[in-house]
Amino acid sequence: MFAETSLNARNKKVQGLFRMLFMLMTAMLILPVLIILVTLLVKGGSVLSIDFLFTAPTNGMTAGGIFPALLGTVWLVAVALLISVPIGIAAAIYLNEYAGENWFTRVINLAIINLAGVPSIVHALFGVGAFVIFFGFGTSILAASLTLAIMTLPVVIVATRESLRAVPMAFREACWNMGATRWQTIRRVVLPNAVSGILTGVILEVSRTTGETAPIMFTGAVFFTPFLPQGIFDQTMALSLHLFVVSTQVPGVPEDLPYGVALVLIAMVLIMNSISIAFRMYLRGKKKW
Amino acid sequence: MDPNAARDFDRRNLDWYIDKLVQILVFLGGISAIIFIIGIFVFITKEGIGFILHTMDVKEFFLSPYWEPSDEDAPEYGILALVAGTASVTGLALVVAIPFSLGAAIFVGEFATGKTREFLKVLVELLAAIPSVVWGFIGLTIMNPLIIEIFNVPVGLTVLNAGIILGLMTAPIMTSIAEDALKAVPDRYREAAEAMGATRWQVIFKVVLPAAKNGLLGAVLLGVGRGFGETMAVLMATGHAVNIPTSVFDSVRALTATIAAELGETAVGSDHYQALFTIGIFLFIITFIINLTADLVVRGVRKG
Repeated sequence: MFAETSLNARNKKVQGLFRMLFMLMTAMLILPVLIILVTLLVKGGSVLSIDFLFTAPTNGMTAGGIFPALLGTVWLVAVALLISVPIGIAAAIYLNEYAGENWFTRVINLAIINLAGVPSIVHALFGVGAFVIFFGFGTSILAASLTLAIMTLPVVIVATRESLRAVPMAFREACWNMGATRWQTIRRVVLPNAVSGILTGVILEVSRTTGETAPIMFTGAVFFTPFLPQGIFDQTMALSLHLFVVSTQVPGVPEDLPYGVALVLIAMVLIMNSISIAFRMYLRGKKKW
Repeated sequence: MDPNAARDFDRRNLDWYIDKLVQILVFLGGISAIIFIIGIFVFITKEGIGFILHTMDVKEFFLSPYWEPSDEDAPEYGILALVAGTASVTGLALVVAIPFSLGAAIFVGEFATGKTREFLKVLVELLAAIPSVVWGFIGLTIMNPLIIEIFNVPVGLTVLNAGIILGLMTAPIMTSIAEDALKAVPDRYREAAEAMGATRWQVIFKVVLPAAKNGLLGAVLLGVGRGFGETMAVLMATGHAVNIPTSVFDSVRALTATIAAELGETAVGSDHYQALFTIGIFLFIITFIINLTADLVVRGVRKG
């Protein structure tokens, strides 16, 4: 066939070199993080126990567990989801099923991008100004969850819009031809075919909301409270803020304790995220059209 | 034509009204993002406007390096040192993140195939999900002693620490956006180049990268926005000292971190409280401009 010229050989060599270089760069990006995660796992693993998860902090937060913070995070995330999921899905339905390609849609998209891009601490300021003070919710789960909901709204919108977009146009056309209204088509044909994709987005939002700290600092989460939250107008502890508190604000915390908190937090976030990713891959695999 | 026939086509039954109602509801959902963005601006301005109108000396605010809001006799509100803190940390983070995330994006997008590629993409996505407070904690407990030991310096909570942390944080995000930008380059560009006898790296450097230029720039800009607005990690890893840095071993304080650290101690409506909201307005406007620019840059390439 073709004899390899010196030019071919040189090109091959250069290509191999570049491949190596980029692979190294990828490794450099990933390795430090993996080392850090293993460190967290080793140091935090020693404090982790059922007791740690299900007892309250004691001795001025220098001992005991994280139960109130864990429960508080569940409250905050649940209320935030109740607010953002319906709004997010409605927004995605509007953008994908109703909106045309015009300047108005573009403004909405820009607003979504900005909502995701505004610094979390500015969201916190907004939460204080709007929900805590103006609407008079005080520092409460409701105010904090509203702040979180607005901040993570783009996650739901983007994921839902993607899964609506994946439903073939022919499905809708077939339904319209049967005389169905737009909403009947969305309700009976589009949404059932997109529901798992939407769920992927919701799980992703749970993961994002769990880790946020700045937006809840002044709106509803407190450093310490001896009470468990009873309703949406109570203040609460939260896992992410608890990590900040035990690692910076409280003197005399044993070295390992914050590692335990960090490990639980990161485990929750990464597990949620992995479930979302695995779910997405599974869906892609079984897609029929 | 029979007039009754037209009436038969009048579909204004219950379903028709439900359809209209839903249309209004989803429209409200659609414009919610606009309402919230305007709401954010309105409410932070409402809380901060008193300071801007009455107390603020524009020149002092932007040019004074002294941030001493709790001084009872002569409080000073200068954000220059805070801006310098944010800029130095974000700058270093970009130096760390840009080359590596571009390299990783090229590897994932252009070299890796099949399972490896899927695995790397998932890994990058998971890395991007690590909460910022955990990054701050890592800066505080792992990087801090490491920097003290390696460079033999008295403090490890410095521009260097926060810059590396922020770099590691933003890199996965920049990697995935950059990889999307590479993916957006049509395969026929690559095929055409390869048909001319170009090797893989020639295709990447002479064809793919130039074609993806705007998308990559957008990725970098979004990284800047992210670094600029990051709060918890820089609060915990910078050392939180108001200071214009002269080297990477200086402690600094960021704009965002100042709000996070001080808002809890101020009385609602006080000058200090309003000054913190004014910083918030400043942050909002800057990130708005960055995001807008990134959007225009990325969109420019789609049209072309």
